[in-house]
Amino acid sequence: MRHNLSRRKFLKSLGMAALASTAPLKLVEVVYGQKIADKFTFAVISDAHITHIKGTRFVRNFDEGLKKAVFEVSFIDPQPDFVVFGGDLAQLGKKEELEHGLEIMSELSLPVKWVIGEHDFYLDMGEYWQEHVGPLYYSFDHKGVHFVVLNSILTYESWIQKFKDPMERMLNMARLDNPHGSPFMVGKEQIAWLKKDLEKYSPETPIVVLSHSPLYKIFKPWNFWTEDAEEVQAVLKRFKKVTVLHGHVHQILYHQIGNITFMAFMSTAWPWPYPVSYSQLPNAVPRITVFMNRADPFKERDGTGWSYLDIQDGYPTQYYQLWENAPRTVYYDPQLGYPVDRDYQDPARRIPPQEHY
Amino acid sequence: MVRRIFMLAVMGFFLGTGLAQADEFTRKDLEKWQKAFMAVVKEGERLFHSPLGSNKVSCDMCHPNAANTHPETYPKFQKQLGRVATLRDMINWCIQNPLEGKPLPLDDPRMIALEAYITWERRGVPLAPGKH
Ligand code: HEC
Ligand SMILES: [Fe+2]
Ligand SMILES: [Fe+2]
Repeated sequence: MRHNLSRRKFLKSLGMAALASTAPLKLVEVVYGQKIADKFTFAVISDAHITHIKGTRFVRNFDEGLKKAVFEVSFIDPQPDFVVFGGDLAQLGKKEELEHGLEIMSELSLPVKWVIGEHDFYLDMGEYWQEHVGPLYYSFDHKGVHFVVLNSILTYESWIQKFKDPMERMLNMARLDNPHGSPFMVGKEQIAWLKKDLEKYSPETPIVVLSHSPLYKIFKPWNFWTEDAEEVQAVLKRFKKVTVLHGHVHQILYHQIGNITFMAFMSTAWPWPYPVSYSQLPNAVPRITVFMNRADPFKERDGTGWSYLDIQDGYPTQYYQLWENAPRTVYYDPQLGYPVDRDYQDPARRIPPQEHY
Repeated sequence: MVRRIFMLAVMGFFLGTGLAQADEFTRKDLEKWQKAFMAVVKEGERLFHSPLGSNKVSCDMCHPNAANTHPETYPKFQKQLGRVATLRDMINWCIQNPLEGKPLPLDDPRMIALEAYITWERRGVPLAPGKH
């Protein structure tokens, strides 16, 4: 009852009632209609980057992205089992931003599995998050799948210590192209915890790891990178079905390394260029990824969105909901042994906006 | 034939007077000019990473290292504007929209600095005017 009331109120406050029957939601119903027993669904919202301007003012553009995602996820019918938030709720880790972001997210009546991003962390080193959101890393079981949430955005202590105040540290971490930045890492302590956490699970148990940064190395200058990724991958090696899902890159991105399938989340705030678009430095962008469309700068919500995932037989399918583009579906293909795009994987079927340069 | 000889004679006359040295420059000049240019690039980099509008948003948030600004493709047709636009038009478009700010005059030193930085980050990429 409370949930219905608040949802209606929320709807009104956004003036978006007319949106209640948008295409993405229909698509969900079709998928649910198949009623396959060993399958479940969760939604993903990521990289909201709520930005405080002054007093009660926040950047309208980014507020609207998060509100739109929350609104649409609220109307998936039937509701997914839970929602993953992929990190970077705030832009500069400010109490005002985290509070405002949490307030928008509180309109969801579903449980939320929180992943912390560097923008939430480097002002107070995770203090507010742990007090008001939850632990920085943890694990849980869901319908036969073991989920692990990592805090992958730690870095060298010497870098953390070199700033005169917390805001200077935050600003330096927030700048993606900072030539004096510092690489993300999971760290010894958490890797030891991960080993112990996984000990009791058999190699047949499907594992889903949720992290903010990709747990592989794409492009160090923008921190599309985790310094100790190989050590984490090694711990996951004995499992047959491993999926790593991450935020941070604000784009469609997928990859396969050995037994591990990687997939990225979209941002609700803005899209990022693929590192191939920076002509001055080499990159390791996965070759199998079919890029998202280049964004139209005249459409504020283009290149942003949310997604939902099915886990079936321990294998992931991600349905990207793109607000100004046709949805994209990326799934792990057990025959091929890597993830593919349902519509565009064949190079002959690609379209001009997918070319980034 | 007579004409060719005449031309050669005229050219010889000019070369002989030493006027050809008027726009010669030294290695030192080159260094000085490069330094002057790089100072503007540096200022452009600073502006690109600063909130130039009214909402604390800066260009680098969406364009790290000025990626996805494609200066080599300008001027080009922008269907949303319905005309051939310049890089400076698009810089102003992003100042007015994502940054919620006021457009810069096209000859404003800040506009020139932004253009210098954006172009510098794209150095070496062949010109491709009109490309989408
Ligand atoms: C909120 C995100 C955002 C911000 C902030 C932003 N832009 Fe953009 N801008 C975009 C997107 C998206 C595009 C389209 C990119 C593409 O064409 O691939 C774009 C396009 C452009 C283009 C044209 C690129 C082309 O290929 O035609 C230029 C130039 C540009 N921006 C400059 C700037 C400058 C300068 C600033 C700061 C004053 C800025 N932008 C701030 C999102 C942003
Ligand atoms: Fe982010
Ligand atoms: Fe991030």
